[in-house]
Amino acid sequence: MKHLVSIKDLNIDSAISLLASSQELALVNQRQVKKLPTLRGKTVVNLFYENSTRTRISFEIAAKRLSADVINFDASTSSLSKGESLKDTALTLEALGADVIVMRHPMSGAAQRLASSDWIRGSVINAGDGSHEHPTQALLDALTMQQRLDLGSNFKGLKVLIVGDILHSRVARSNIFLLKLLGAEVSVAGPETLVPIEISKLGVTVHHDFDQALADQPNVVMMLRVQAERMSKDLFPSASSYVKFWSLGGHRLAGLGPEVVIMHPGPMNRGFEISAEAADDPRSAVLQQVTNGLAVRMAVLQTTLSGGN
Amino acid sequence: MTDRTVLSELDILRALKRIAHEILEANSGPENLLIVGIPTRGAPLAERISKILKEIEPGHSFESGVLDITLYRDDQDAASRQLGHTSIPVSGVHDKTVVLVDDVLFSGRTIRAALDALTEFGRPRQVKLAVLVDRGHRELPIRPDFVGKNLPTAISEHVAVNLVEIDGVDQVVISE
Amino acid sequence: MPIILKNLTLADGSRSDIRIEGDTIVEMGTISGSGIDCDSLIGLPGFVDPHTHLREPGFEASETVLSGSRAAAAGGYTAVCAMANTLPVADTAEIVDAVLDAGAEAGYCQVQPIGAVTNDLAGKQLSEISQMHQSRANVKMFSDDGICVSDPALMQEALAQVKVFGGVIAQHAQDPERTQGAQMNAGALAIELGLTGWPRLAEEDIIARDALLAEQTGARLHICHLTTAGGVEVVRWAKQRGITITAEVTPHHLLLTEELVRSYDPVYKVNPPLRTDADTKALIAGVLDGTIDVLGTDHAPHSAEKKEAEWGHAAFGMLGLETAASILHQVLAGTGSLTWQLFEQLISSRPAALTGLSDHGQLAVGRKANITVFNPHEDLAASTISQSLSSNNPYAGMVFKGRVQHTLYNGIFTVRDQKLQELK
Repeated sequence: MKHLVSIKDLNIDSAISLLASSQELALVNQRQVKKLPTLRGKTVVNLFYENSTRTRISFEIAAKRLSADVINFDASTSSLSKGESLKDTALTLEALGADVIVMRHPMSGAAQRLASSDWIRGSVINAGDGSHEHPTQALLDALTMQQRLDLGSNFKGLKVLIVGDILHSRVARSNIFLLKLLGAEVSVAGPETLVPIEISKLGVTVHHDFDQALADQPNVVMMLRVQAERMSKDLFPSASSYVKFWSLGGHRLAGLGPEVVIMHPGPMNRGFEISAEAADDPRSAVLQQVTNGLAVRMAVLQTTLSGGN
Repeated sequence: MTDRTVLSELDILRALKRIAHEILEANSGPENLLIVGIPTRGAPLAERISKILKEIEPGHSFESGVLDITLYRDDQDAASRQLGHTSIPVSGVHDKTVVLVDDVLFSGRTIRAALDALTEFGRPRQVKLAVLVDRGHRELPIRPDFVGKNLPTAISEHVAVNLVEIDGVDQVVISE
Repeated sequence: MPIILKNLTLADGSRSDIRIEGDTIVEMGTISGSGIDCDSLIGLPGFVDPHTHLREPGFEASETVLSGSRAAAAGGYTAVCAMANTLPVADTAEIVDAVLDAGAEAGYCQVQPIGAVTNDLAGKQLSEISQMHQSRANVKMFSDDGICVSDPALMQEALAQVKVFGGVIAQHAQDPERTQGAQMNAGALAIELGLTGWPRLAEEDIIARDALLAEQTGARLHICHLTTAGGVEVVRWAKQRGITITAEVTPHHLLLTEELVRSYDPVYKVNPPLRTDADTKALIAGVLDGTIDVLGTDHAPHSAEKKEAEWGHAAFGMLGLETAASILHQVLAGTGSLTWQLFEQLISSRPAALTGLSDHGQLAVGRKANITVFNPHEDLAASTISQSLSSNNPYAGMVFKGRVQHTLYNGIFTVRDQKLQELK
């Protein structure tokens, strides 16, 4: 696997294998000495056209744990803000010897564009492209589900509910693609404007009522961050009505079974899509997700950088 | 392609028994031993040796472990490998005699990686190496302490160790 | 020295030789004497493109009148209509005359400027429509192509103005409100790819609105690049109602679908967007039943840096002139209903009538020798096209059945034996 641009770059075997490697690396991360020599001499560039300190730091620590050199290329402090094209930036990074480009970009398809271009010889890892995909997030979510629910490699029968702005969410798309690949059942819930009915063509059940969706007794409830900055007009009900209809808290939290896993890709808007009680509930796996993000990104770096590319 | 069986099921059993005895002899007894297998086929071999050791010294419990070396290889570019499982007993490696176990000793690079990997867990008193087959052609100054069979081979030949736990049969086969 | 084309098969199936003296067809039928053998080749009036972007003035890195004319000739065209979205915009008599003159200077085909409907394509104020009509360029077709004339009052007024001299408004049907930031056809695939969708209704209801405005004013309305099954339905309805409406389809909308967007390769980014397989089928049905009148290439060259970018940053548009005839032939042949008469109507006679180019669109004694000889037996490898300054060719790697053998513009070979001729 040279690039990880989309969950569609994986098949069931490579996905399970990546998750197994991630699980081993999660154990490594519990050791006292966490440094591994695997990527000595390799250069990883974090090319972030969108600010995301959390994802950037996660990739940075992952690369450093594997002994790679890490360069952060931040749009707000570089020539990127001066209008340099992606091509010229890529050629520059190639000339500097980048072995992997980890890219976050506001436009859907940007990572695939870079990976399929002849501008670079190295690998591309998609750290989020527009509303399209965020594959490492989906992998870390799947790893968290495996650990919490003791799934092994069997996701059959697992019911996952994703709630919020599905239309604009790369986290939702990657999770849908990966969970479907692994054999889980996925349903989505949110207001009609953010969860158009065509989404069902991705193979998911669509709900426009949170309580009805919860009545199906999902094993995992994944709340998405409300991204106000992505909204154009008319898509969005008022904040108070959003909380009333779409927030996880109160009676909805109380009604969840003891084994249900609450997930959120972060950063959370506490009191908005998720109540403080839900965020801090023992059923919440939010911090485990963050920890697993490190292991998954190490596994993805190791996999893309090894093998006869 | 011609296949030639060089060790049978019985040959393998005899070799492992002999290795177990040699380990005890070299260690002057069963104390402070940790048998660590290198995946894939070193791991079941290490378990078998531990089991034989227990048969020889029934009053003693022997610890064993598994050490995956994928992340420590010096040929990361060569092939894409899934990580294997690593498990070292909670008592750790400190001040123990660690016996690394692998199926075939060839270039020595796997063992070099294993020594690095082992270091992450602490400082053993000494590290020994046991292999079922030593086929020569070393590329590093590494030498086994316990050998099931020395097997002179041509570099073009392929040595395959099959074990019941993984392959359904016990045998060592050379093919061209 | 006269040129004699021997043994041509004409669109009606008859066999004929053609004798050309100077810039004129002087004899047809069986002509004695030797000439250029065209046995098993199809003799057609020179192709006419009602919809081309030549990019001059203003974007000469992408295309010039000369390079675009060469691409047109290579594709069998003897006349192209140049859209107004240049810099400056073709919204005055001076600019349209300059484009006309640049075309004459290039000499590869007739370049007929299209005038902008509104000043600077801003959609606020009508341009100097009647002055452009009265200029040497004698503009009869007006369009803001690239942008929709979305204000209905302005559209109605524009139709009323062109009605006076029998002109036509070519509308780019796209409601700007509902296509803000749109990147591809709206639907399940757009959702899957995370790209903002381009609703088909935003195209279809503009067509319906303008059809009613054309009915009201009695003026001629032309719909550029139809892309949806619903749009075909609306045009069919308008024609049944007796409205003076014509419709155009591009080669790419007949052949390509949104599935190509999966690659995120901006070579497939085009306005209006590639739609679905059901739409291409409806468009082909519309071509066969006469709902769609003409093929327009919407040849839209873009320099490399405008396409070597993220999908969202890249420019809309694809090359079309050099491949259009081969694609039309392949698509029509694929239906099993190919007739050379329909082929001729779509690519020559109807676009000539639509745009008022009276020297084109008909093979007859006494008329200008604007002739394209088409070879249906040889393939065109789309990767080999080379006349445009730009390379945003979405057909790279594809091979089409049939190709242009000769093109004659005003009695001069611009293409002979599949090779573009160097003039002067």
